[in-house]
Amino acid sequence: MARAVVTVPAQARRGEIIEIKTLAAHAMETGFRRTQTGELIPRDIIRRFTCTYNGIEVYRVDLHPAVAANPLIAFTTIATETGTLSFQWAGDNGYTVTEIAPIRVE
Amino acid sequence: MTTRREFLVLAAASFAVPTAAKAQLDPNLAAKRKAAYEEALGKLVGGAQVRAGKVKLQLPPLIDNGNSVPLSVAVESPMTGADHVRAIHVLTQKNPLPDVVSVHLGPRAGRAVISTRVRLADTQTVVAIAELSDGTFWSDSAEVVVTLSACLEEGLI
Repeated sequence: MARAVVTVPAQARRGEIIEIKTLAAHAMETGFRRTQTGELIPRDIIRRFTCTYNGIEVYRVDLHPAVAANPLIAFTTIATETGTLSFQWAGDNGYTVTEIAPIRVE
Repeated sequence: MTTRREFLVLAAASFAVPTAAKAQLDPNLAAKRKAAYEEALGKLVGGAQVRAGKVKLQLPPLIDNGNSVPLSVAVESPMTGADHVRAIHVLTQKNPLPDVVSVHLGPRAGRAVISTRVRLADTQTVVAIAELSDGTFWSDSAEVVVTLSACLEEGLI
């Protein structure tokens, strides 16, 4: 099932660089593998990951079949204001997952 | 009973056949993959000069399992509005498709970094390219040895 986990610090100082780790449960089927009867398994991957901070996009990743199953994406952003970080994964066959993490900035 | 001579001939044949079969698969595979890599690179940089430096690509030098390889890229940059990294691209030279990830970021990212896990099909060179806000391109590459390739194992469906 469509599931994702994000790790974001609950609070941070203003201007601090915070580390974010995200993990989505997805097989990332490459489209190059075959079944035992020789049929090609169609591609089914996550195409795009987006992180928005209070509605403003801060980080975006385009994924290709060469990304391993259950894609891990770790990155940083600057804690600017109290609010929510929103994470979206979008992929083939209408796959979309959204996770939201609140953050308090002092 | 098998004589020593027969045994040696058979042993030699058993090594020779898989190599021959592999060669018949597609003799131009290496050339095709190289052309695909050059094309992907051209699309990203558009003829601009790519200089070595500023980028640090981290990959284990020896990989047991190509299905999940930890990869991280860090780019030296103050990440201010005037001087920041616009994009980081990772390319491979021998995967069926050269593109791995393309990261789009800006000064709000704080640091120009990405850590992820990738699939590698073969012993090859992995290249990371950073596009800076002033339009210049910088790169780093890493040679990796892959013992178990991704893409080889069949789906068990």
